[in-house]
This record gives sequence, structure tokens and C-alpha cells, in this order.
Amino acid sequence: MSTAENAISQGKIYSSEELEELHRSMNARAKRKKQVRTVCLMAVNLVVCLFILFPLLYTVSVAFMPSGELYTMEMNLIPSHPTLENFKQAIEKIPLMRFVLNSFLIAGCITIGQIITCSFAAFAFSFLNFKGKNVLFMIVMATMMVPGEATIISNYLTVSSWKLLDTYIVLILPYLTSAMGIFLFRQFYMTFPISLYESAKLDGCGNLRFIIKILLPLTKSAIGAMAVYTFINAWNMYMWPLLVTGSDDKRTVQIGISMLNSVDAQSITQMLAGVVLIILPSISIFIVGQKQLIKGMFSGAVKG
Amino acid sequence: MTVKQKKNKDRKVNAYLYLIPCLAVFGVFLFYPFFKTIYLSLYKTNKLGQAKLFVGLDNYISLFTSESFYNSMWVTLVFVVIVVVGSMALGLLGAVLCSKAFPGIRVFSTSYALPMAVASSSGAMIFKIILNPTIGIVNKLLNVSINWVADPKYALVCVAVLTAWLNSGINFLYFSAGLGNIDETIYERASVDGANGVQKFFRLTLPGLSPIMFYTLVVNIIQAFQSFGQVKILTQGGPGESTNLIVYSIYRDAFFNYRFGNAAAQSVVLFLIVMALTLVMFRLEKKGVKY
Repeated sequence: MSTAENAISQGKIYSSEELEELHRSMNARAKRKKQVRTVCLMAVNLVVCLFILFPLLYTVSVAFMPSGELYTMEMNLIPSHPTLENFKQAIEKIPLMRFVLNSFLIAGCITIGQIITCSFAAFAFSFLNFKGKNVLFMIVMATMMVPGEATIISNYLTVSSWKLLDTYIVLILPYLTSAMGIFLFRQFYMTFPISLYESAKLDGCGNLRFIIKILLPLTKSAIGAMAVYTFINAWNMYMWPLLVTGSDDKRTVQIGISMLNSVDAQSITQMLAGVVLIILPSISIFIVGQKQLIKGMFSGAVKG
Repeated sequence: MTVKQKKNKDRKVNAYLYLIPCLAVFGVFLFYPFFKTIYLSLYKTNKLGQAKLFVGLDNYISLFTSESFYNSMWVTLVFVVIVVVGSMALGLLGAVLCSKAFPGIRVFSTSYALPMAVASSSGAMIFKIILNPTIGIVNKLLNVSINWVADPKYALVCVAVLTAWLNSGINFLYFSAGLGNIDETIYERASVDGANGVQKFFRLTLPGLSPIMFYTLVVNIIQAFQSFGQVKILTQGGPGESTNLIVYSIYRDAFFNYRFGNAAAQSVVLFLIVMALTLVMFRLEKKGVKY
């Protein structure tokens, strides 16, 4: 116990010097306590973070591991002789780059398409008056209740009757709009005064120009959020491409990668190298766009 | 017709013009297949999925008298419970740990959200290796030799844990946003009153999160019901039928057994469940949930 604390417990009267001393020691203690707390918080965070990232970190580690090293009974968390061989083999074994290209094309088209159709629809729902506006909006919102998996069989039968199986169009077309996107954009547009639209109209600005020149620049954060979210979801979609693609030419990364999915020792390291290659784009886009995503998604839409 | 009236009419036609792209896509790929699924569920189909023979509710009757369907519903229910509890707990843990600023918080919060960028199929392939009976790291770390995905006791839990991990990222974002909305000062006041960390968590944090908690819960349940890729890659519904989740069961009935009518009936059941959940969400949201 320090002298200052002794002094408190004895309840005596302080001189100004003693008070100063007391003040300093309390401050130091509070500071130390805060430091300890921060270090603890960081330590706990580190443990939880490693736990959550473990599958990904381990995947990266195995991707660099020579396949011989994987097959031991010992602990082998980190490759002792890292190699790029797995990546090379993975790319040679299956047309991975083709799949990546396909996925970029499809996810890109879906993202741009959704932004266009959703901003158009949200514009009509927030600035224009027409018959059946409320009913139509309700109908659009009701689509959120229909899970894609419940309509997937009928959709498959439809596109196969159109002879559209195994084309880019069939992978893109069903995803060109989303109720969530319309809702998100409308939520943003509703914050603008209607006079914004009316004065633009008076100045002779057409609807389309109003959307492109005024609405889109004003809702960059919503568009950013939507783009990140949509792109990642499109990049990661699995069931629909599984059903409608058959050839290597049209296959997306998520389907293509399962071609590496066999059980021999060689292929495990190659498979995880392939997984690393196809996760990289979605993770990079997520990390770059995370701030946008959070800002756009949570500033207006989800307030609980 | 005056000029003004004409202009007005133009404007109205114009409004529908902006809705056409979205309504066309919804019409062709959502409403039409929705009604077609109901229609198919009342028919026996041929191998190409064409409705051939009207059988009324026969598909539903055979569904509700088949053990496989009840198994699939039960398995799905257990799965959903594990996934929702797991993913919400993980998300909440991350959000609470990142609720106060400290050096490096950006890195940690990105890590907690990161699983949302991982595809179900990639995640499943990673787990397949991690859970491998001979070289899998989980067996090595726990020093056991369990064939996780081939054992009916563990297979469902494995798929559920994987799904919980995948879904935890977005929950972290929801909960972080929710925590951001809680007024900081109530914590300070509670500290002055001598509340400890645990008390603060249960008395202040959880109730403060309740508006977003409910939304997150329902979204999670709906999302868990729709899981497919994990099952397809990790277990193919097996061993036995122990991981035959409803969407996988639909897929198998339609594309392996070519029983499109039966699969359509299951789709309708899936839709009814999701619709009921969504309606409950909207109803309670309007009332405003208070705990």
C-alpha cells in the first residue's frame, strides 16, 4: 500500500502536497488499469479471432504445403517447405482461370443489372405517382417471402424448355433484380425532398437524366453497399449454377472447384490451393468494400 | 386532349416503364415459377418434369405419410437450432469484443465479418479437409480419431457448425450496428452504481440489442432453412438420411429421382414455413418488440 492510500484509510486531513500526490497516484492507477484492460481486450480478441479465422488460415497453410507433408500423424500447422506447386497444379488440372473469368463476368453483370433495375424501380416508387403504386410495392416486397430454393425446380424446367441451359444468360437473367435492393434504394430516395425532383423537372431535366445525373451520385454509399453485397453473393452462388451449367465453358468457380474434390493425397493440397484462389477475389472485394457496405446497409435500412 | 393531360398521361406510362425491368424479372423467375410449383405439386410428372396426371393432394398425402419427409423436417429443425444459436453467439461475441475502441480494432472487426465472404461450397471443401479422419487437423488437435462426416452422430453437427461459421459474419455486422445504437451513457451510469461486466451485459447490452436481435433471429432462421451447398459437398444428405435437409431433399427428389411433383410439394411446404416466419417478423416489428 502506498502512503497515499494509507492516508485515506486513516481518514486524516491532507496538505496540498499530499493531495497532489494522491491525485497523481490515482491517475496512474486508473491509467494502468485502463492499459491492463486494453491488453486483456486485445488478447481475448486475438484468441477469438484466431478461432474464427482458423479454417481460412489453415487452408492457406495447406495450400502452400507439399502434399507429402500433409500425410503425417504429427501436427503440421505450418508447411516446413512452402511451395507454389499446388497452385500451379490446380490451374493446370482444371480450367480454373476460365471459371474465374466466367464468375467475374456473371457476378459483374448481375451487380450492374441489379443496380440499374433497382434504382429505376425505387425511383418510380419514390418520386412518381401512378395507379396501383402501393399494391405494386407490396407485391415487390412480398417477393422477399419466396425462398429461391422453392422456385428453383420450376425455373429449371422453364429455362430448359427455352433451350437456355448452359449459357451465360441463364446464369444472369433470374438475378437481375432484388426486392432488397429496391427497398434499400427507396429508403435512401425517400430522404430527398420531392422538390428536388420537381425543380429538376422544371429545369427540363428528364426522368432518366434525373436518375443518372442526380440520384445516382447522391446515393453512392447505397450503391457501393449494394454492389459489394450483390457481387459477393453472385460470386458465391451454388445451387443454380450447379443445375444449369454442364460444360467447362460456362461453369462458375464454385461449381468448377468441386472438380478438384477427390480424396487422394495429391489432390487435397491442390484442392485447397484452388479454394484459396477462388476465395481471394470475394474476400478482397469484401475487405475493400466493407466500409461502404456497413455505411450503406446500416445508415438507413436496418434500424431494427 | 389538352397538352397538360397528355403530358400527365405520358408521365404515368413513364412510371410503369421504370418498373418493367424489375417486374419482368420477378414475373418470369418468381411469380410464374411460384404458381407453377403449386400446380406441379398437384400432378404426377414425367421425367422431363411435365405435368401428366392430376392427382389432387396425393403428393402432399404421400409426403405427410412418409417417414423420410418427417426425418427431413426433424433434421432441418435440429440443424436450424444449432446454426441459429451458433452463428448468433459467434456474431454477438465478436460484436461485444469490438464494441470499445482499441488498437487494431479494424483488423479484428474485419476478421469477424470475413466468413460472410466465403461461399458455402468453398467452406464445405475446407471443412472436408479439416474433418478428414486420417489427416484432418481437428482430429490431431483433439487427439481423437473420429470420422466426423461419415458418422450419423456427428455429421449433422458438422454441417451445422460449418453453416453457423459461414453465417456468423453478417450477424457480427448486425450486432455491431445494434451496439452502436445503444447510448454509451447508460454504461457509465451503471458503472457508477457499481454494476459489473456480466450484469451490464445481461441488463443493458442484451435489452439494448432487442430491436435488432429479433430481426437477426428471423433472418438467420430463414437463411438456415435454405442451406444447400454445404450438404451437397460435405455429406450428400448422408450417412443414411441424417443430413437430408429440406432443400437437399427437394434437390434429390427432383434431379435424382425425377419425382418433380413430390419435390414441388416439398417446395410449397418450404415456402409456407418461410412465409410464416416473415409474417411473424413483420407483425412483431410493427408492434415493436420490447423485452
